[in-house]
Amino acid sequence: MRDTAGSQTATRWVLRVLVVGYLFLLVIWPVVLVAQETFAHGLAPVIDALRQAEVIFAFQLTLSAAFWAVVINTIFGVGISLLLVRYTFPGRRTLNALVDLPLAVSPIVVGLSLILVYSGRTGWLGGSLEQAGLQIIYAPPGIILATAFVSMPLVIREVMPVLQEIGTEQEQAARSLGASALQTFARITLPAIRWALLYGVVLSLARSLGEFGAVKIVSGGVAMRTQTATLLVEERYQQFGVENSIIAYTAAFILALIAVVALVVVSSFQPQKGRR
Amino acid sequence: MTHRTGVVEPPPLDSPIAGAATNAAGRRLLRGRSATSLTRASGLGLGVALMWFSLLVLIPLTAVLVQASEGGWSAYWESLRSPQTFAALRLTVGQAILVTVVNIFMGTTIAWVLVRDHFPGKQVLEVVIDIPLALPTIVAGLVLLSLYGPSSPLGVNWANTPVSVFLAFLFVTLPFIVRTVQPVLLEIEPEVEEAAASLGASQFTIFSRVILPSLAPAIASGAALSFCRAISEYGSLVLLSGNLPYSTEVASVRILSYIEGDKLTEAAALASILLIVALIVIVILDVISRRVARYA
Repeated sequence: MRDTAGSQTATRWVLRVLVVGYLFLLVIWPVVLVAQETFAHGLAPVIDALRQAEVIFAFQLTLSAAFWAVVINTIFGVGISLLLVRYTFPGRRTLNALVDLPLAVSPIVVGLSLILVYSGRTGWLGGSLEQAGLQIIYAPPGIILATAFVSMPLVIREVMPVLQEIGTEQEQAARSLGASALQTFARITLPAIRWALLYGVVLSLARSLGEFGAVKIVSGGVAMRTQTATLLVEERYQQFGVENSIIAYTAAFILALIAVVALVVVSSFQPQKGRR
Repeated sequence: MTHRTGVVEPPPLDSPIAGAATNAAGRRLLRGRSATSLTRASGLGLGVALMWFSLLVLIPLTAVLVQASEGGWSAYWESLRSPQTFAALRLTVGQAILVTVVNIFMGTTIAWVLVRDHFPGKQVLEVVIDIPLALPTIVAGLVLLSLYGPSSPLGVNWANTPVSVFLAFLFVTLPFIVRTVQPVLLEIEPEVEEAAASLGASQFTIFSRVILPSLAPAIASGAALSFCRAISEYGSLVLLSGNLPYSTEVASVRILSYIEGDKLTEAAALASILLIVALIVIVILDVISRRVARYA
C-alpha cells in the first residue's frame, strides 16, 4: 500500500514539473523577455515612442474600430441569442452552428472574403456602395467590418447558455402582469444575463484590439490613415534602427498588457460564472 | 412541469464550439423550458439579424467559394497543384497534425494537473493557459522570437526555420484541449479513481480504463479545435517564420501573396480548402456534443 502511495507521489511530481516546465518555456519566459526588451533602454524611450503621432493615431484607430465592432456585436449577439434560445423557426439549428464559423475561419480568409464583396473595384457590392459615397475596403469601415467578423461569436457564446438556464418563468410572469416586451427585457432578462454579457464584451474587446490578419488585408495599412496598432508593430519591427524597434516593442507591450488585464478581469468573473 | 397547450418546445441548442462535451448537465435542465414560435416583432428582429449576418459573414464566405470556382474544376485543381501552393499546404497540414498530437498529450496532462494536483501558484498557471488566446497574434510572434529567435538566451535560433512554424502553432493552440478537458475532469469524482486503486488497479490501468473513456469526447473536440486553429494561423508567423517559399510558407501566407499579386481566383481556391476544413470541424463538434448529451 505504501508503495502505491509512494509511486503516486512520484508521478504527481513528475507531471507537475513537466507541466510547469512546459508552460514556462512556451509562455512565461518568452512573455517576460518581451517585457524586458521593451524597457531595456529604460523608461524614457518608451514614453517618447508613445508620444509619436503615428503611434497615437494607430491606437486611436484601433480603439475606435474595436469600440464600434463591440457595440455591433453586443446588440447583434444579444438579439440573436434571444432568438435562438426563445423562439423556434426553420433553420434554427443551422444558424446556431453557423454563428460559430467566424472563430474557425482563418483571418486571411476573412479578409479575402470581405475584399471579394466590398472592394470598390471588383467587389459584388463594393462598386455600388462606392458610387453611393461609401468606401469600405482600404478605409475605416472595412476595419470595423473585419473586426466585427472575427469577434462576432464571443458575446453569443457567453450569453446563450445563461439565457437557456434562467428559463422563461420570470419573463412570462412579468408579461402576464402587464409589462411590455421592452420592460421585461430591461427589468428581468438584462439583469439576469449581465455578468455573462460583460464577460462576452471583455473577450470581444480583447479580440478586437488584437486583430491582425483580416485587418491587414482590408485596410492596406497606410500610416496615419488605416494603420492599426497591430499593423504598426509589424511595420516598425521590420524596419531598421533602434528607434523603430522600441516603437514596435512598446506598441506590442501595450497590446499585451491590455490582453493580460482583460484576462485577469475576465477570470475574476469566474466565480459568478460557476455559481450560475 | 406541465405545459400549456400551444407552447412549442424547441430542442435545446449548444454552441458547437463552446458546448462540445461539457454542457450535458445543462442540457438536461433545459427539457421542460418553453419557447414560442415567432411573433411579429421577433420575426422582424430575426429578419434584421439575418440580414446583418448575411452581409457580414454568409455572402462574403460564399463569394470565396464562387470566386474559387471561377475557372472551373481544372483551373481549381491546377492552382492547388502548383508546387509552391502544394508545399505550403503540406507544411501547414503536417505541422498542424503534429501540434495536435502534442496537444492531445500535453493538454490532457495540464488539465489533469490543474484539476487533481494542488500547489502554490496553480492559480497563476490558470491565467498562463489563456495568455496565448488573449495575446494579439502579432505579439505572440514577437514573444516567441524573444526566446527562440536570433537573440535567444537559450542559444538556439529557430527563426525562419520550419521549427518556428511548429512553435507558433503550439503556442496559439495551447488552451483548446486544456479548456475542453478540464470541466469534464472536474465532474469525475476522485472517489472513482480511489475505488479502482483500492481494488488493486495500477495507475496506468486507472487512467486508461476509468478516466480516458470519459475524457475521449472532450479530447476529440479540443483536438478538432486545435487542428482548425493551427491550419488557419497567420499573425504569429509573420515576424517569426520569414515566410520562405517551400520551407516555412504556410497556407495563409500563400493566400495573402496571391491577394497581393491580384490573383484572387488562386487565393480563393486555397482559401476554400481552409473554409471547408473549418466547416467540417464545426460539424464534427456538433455531432460530438449531441452524442455526449444523449448518453449523459
